[in-house]
Parts: sequence; structure tokens; C-alpha cells
Amino acid sequence: MIQTFAFYLFAVLTIASAAATILSRNPVHSVLFLILAFFNAAGLMMLTGAEFIAMLLIIVYVGAVAVLFLFVVMMLDIDFAELRAGFIKNFPLGMLVAVVLLAEMVLGIGAYKAGALNLGTPDGTAATPVGASNIEAIGGLMYSRYLFLFEAAGLILLVAMVGAIVLTHRQRGDTRGQKVSKQIARRPEEATVNVKPEVGKGVSL
Amino acid sequence: MTAFFQNLGMSYEWAWFVSTICGILLIALPLMLAVAMIIYVDRKIWAAMALRRGPNVVGPFGLLQSFADGLKVFLQETIVPSAANKGLFLIAPIVTFTLALLSWAVIPFNSGAILANINIGLLYILAISSLGVYGTIMAGWASNSKYPFFSAMRASAQMISYEVSIGFILICVVLWAGTFNMNDIVWAQKGHVFGIINGFVANPLLFPMWVMFLISSLAETQRAPFDLAEAESELVAGYQTEYSSMAFAAYWLGEYANVLLMCALNATLFWGGWLPPLDIPVLYLVPGFVWFLLKIFFFFFVFSWIKATVPRYRYDQLMRLGWKVFLPVSLLFVVLVSGYLMATGHFQ
Repeated sequence: MIQTFAFYLFAVLTIASAAATILSRNPVHSVLFLILAFFNAAGLMMLTGAEFIAMLLIIVYVGAVAVLFLFVVMMLDIDFAELRAGFIKNFPLGMLVAVVLLAEMVLGIGAYKAGALNLGTPDGTAATPVGASNIEAIGGLMYSRYLFLFEAAGLILLVAMVGAIVLTHRQRGDTRGQKVSKQIARRPEEATVNVKPEVGKGVSL
Repeated sequence: MTAFFQNLGMSYEWAWFVSTICGILLIALPLMLAVAMIIYVDRKIWAAMALRRGPNVVGPFGLLQSFADGLKVFLQETIVPSAANKGLFLIAPIVTFTLALLSWAVIPFNSGAILANINIGLLYILAISSLGVYGTIMAGWASNSKYPFFSAMRASAQMISYEVSIGFILICVVLWAGTFNMNDIVWAQKGHVFGIINGFVANPLLFPMWVMFLISSLAETQRAPFDLAEAESELVAGYQTEYSSMAFAAYWLGEYANVLLMCALNATLFWGGWLPPLDIPVLYLVPGFVWFLLKIFFFFFVFSWIKATVPRYRYDQLMRLGWKVFLPVSLLFVVLVSGYLMATGHFQ
């Protein structure tokens, strides 16, 4: 009973917030609705028994990616009314994307029903190995059967990160960075000098 | 507790529902009381360290000061700035307050005394704490005011930065404990060093991790010396500048509930949770939750002590510490810990 209730709650909220993402006028509201959709999708994954993926979805997408996205949207002054003005012009392209998505969905569901990829059972229950927790099952597969793919994915991400840093890093001549080791190594003797000026005479520094 | 309600003649589902509600109330209500008292304790500790008296007027020794403050705030008018984004402005403190309470679901108070004994307890805590950014950003943006927005950006950048190294620190703990379950992590610390000391903290490989975790938890909860988000000399009062009445109080309560949570995490992950400090049978006569509360209180004292004595960091220093010191060092320790565990055959 409680599972059914939770499923309908998460499902309705996911669809409603996904719709609100594209319907709301304010871009910041859109991003926040997108985050709500992510969150409810994580809830749905939890119901299918994929608790590890659900937590990763929240930690990675909601906790990090969406925050940066929200930053960008808040900082940029985008006039969305102007973007919407090109609706008729972009309509064919939008339809094309929609058709592709629909085709992918139909194919995906067809393949899933056929059970060819052995992703799970057709009645919707996840194929978790009995007696092992989610994390152990994923870890066991990832570090044995899919080790190469896993490391390749890691390498690609590393290259992307290095590329992003190279693109955004710029050397400015006029900044003076703090050298902590130098500051700590400084002793009072080198930093201060005791002068005893005579009365009426100044000190030259 | 479910069994108790089933004995009263309820069906399993209702018994589960009622016992969960009772569990939530058993955690949330004492937590709110603890937050009120801990604010008083905090002020008393600062006062003592600054050679002042602190709150001493309302009630005996000023014990009722926090409740008087709460009543005052409750009776105030809720002001929503006309330029604010009203919906988000009011949702933001609710989000902060709710998230501060959510993480307590997986904290073990005693052997088995845990609301949700789930296999991914530690990941759950990471997930909830990564959501904490939203209460702050939403408040800063919805206030439609410059200082709160600056503060929200500072706070969220700070929280994201330190979550990275916290994640690596927690991986070291998880590797050693071999589980993400909070209760099992506590059990894994029983007699950890020489079979007598309960706690990962006495382990030479994990002690540096604990020091970094303590500092990161200060940064994560935006306590001094990392309270740049509410640096009053620069940003008025940070992201809560425009808030008044209960919305302001919700931030205040949420912040202290988060501080207590970080103290509880320090105790649970490194200091043996509800286990006594030493693995001696006599010490087990004291109930586990007493040890746990004592540890939480000790860490809270450390937090106040730091707040009372340490000057505030500069923002670039904060970022440098997070990304250039903590991140590489914690990564190195993940390698060291896993290498040591592999070499000694811990996983067999």
C-alpha cells in the first residue's frame, strides 16, 4: 500500500515538475523545478531498489551540477521572452527532436520487453543479486567486468577537466598570490628592526 | 518499536507508520530543545572566554534565554520585502530547516536505536548535506538584495568545495569499516586500536582524516573561522539579512541543528559513537546514548571554543585550504588507507 502511494506521489511530482520546468516563465524557477524532478526521480529509483544510484543522482546532479547551473542562470541576465519569440522559426527543429526522442523511447521499451540486454526483469523489479547490497554488487561488476570501461570513463573526465582548466586559466601579471610557506618561515628578526632614534630626529625607513 | 504497536492490535502497515511517526517525534522534539539549550551554552562559553557573564537574566542562570528569544521572534511580524520573489523567499527557510532535521534519521543513538537503519546511511548524509546549499542560494536570490546574494554565493561555493574533501575523508572511514551503514561503522570501531580503544581516531592513518573532517565540518556549517557567509562587517548578516520573525528563526534553528549534526558525525565516525571511549566492561554499564551525548557535547564545546578564539579566514585562504590542501591530502590518504588495507589483507 505504502509503496503504491509513494510511487504515485513520486511519479506525479516528477511529471508535474518536469512540465513546470518548461512552462515556468522565470528561468530560476525552471532550474528549481528541474531539481525537484531530479529529486523525485531519485525517489522512484529508490522504490525499484536502486538505492545507490538514487543517492548518486542526488549527490552528483542535485548537489553539484544543478547548483552550478543555478549559478549560471542567476548570474546571466537572459531575456527569455525574446528567446520565445522565435517559436515558429524553431518549431520544425523542435518537432525533429521530439520525433527522435519518441523513436528512442519506443525502441528502448521494445528492447527492454525483449529482455535481450538482461538489464532487469520485464515486470519492473530490478535484478539485484540476492545477498549482496547495491554498492557491493555495482563495485564487484565495475572493478572486474567493466574495469576498462570504467577507467576509460575516468580518463575522459580527467581530460575534460584539464581542458576546462586550460581554457579558463589565465595568467594576470598584476596579481600577487599569497605564499603561505614563505609567511610561516618568516622570523621576527628578519621582519622587524629596532631603531633608537635620537630625540628630535626622525627615522628613515 | 513496530512490534510494540503490533502487539497493541494494529496491522503491520499501521504499526510501522505509527512507530515511524513516534520515532521522528522522539528525535525532532529533543533536538529542538537541544538546539535551544545549545544556543545558550554557546553564548555562555563565548562569554566565559571573553570574561563576560553572558545571558543571566531570564530564568535561573539565564537558562530560559533561548526560549524568551524564541517567543520574541514568534510574536514578530513576518516581513516579506516587496521586491522579493515571495514564493521562494518563504520556501527557502523551510528547506533549510527541514534538511537540518532530515539527516538525523540515520544517526545511531545507541545500539540499534536508529530511525532508519539503512545500508547507505553515510551516502544519505552526504546527499542531504549536498542539498543544504539550496536553502542558502534560494534565500540569497529570492531576497533580491545585493548582500544576501553575495553571501549566498560565498556560502554555496564554500559548501561545495568542502564537500569534495569530506567525501574522500568518509571514503577512508568506509574502507576501514567495510560498510556504509552507520550502526555497523560504530561496531567496526569497537576495540579498534590494541583491542582497547574504541574509535578510528586513535588509528595513525585515520587521525589526520579526523583533523581534516573537524575543520571541514566547521567550513560546512559556516561556523567561525569560516563564517564568511555572514561576515557582519562585510555583508550585514549574510543571506538571512532580509528575513524576520519565524523565517529568521528557522535559519537559526537549522544552523544549530546542522552544527549538532556535524558534532554527532564526528562522534559517530571517528570517536566510536555510542561506544564508551575504552573497551572495558565496566564502562558499558553507562548507557550508550549517554556516551554519545557526552561526545556530541564535547565537540560542541570544541566548536564554540574555536569560535571564541580564532579570527576569521579570508575567502581566498578558505578556498586555498579546501582545494589545494585538503583535497590532495585526503586523496593521498585514500590511496594510503586502501593500500594499507590491501597489504594487510583486511578485505579477505
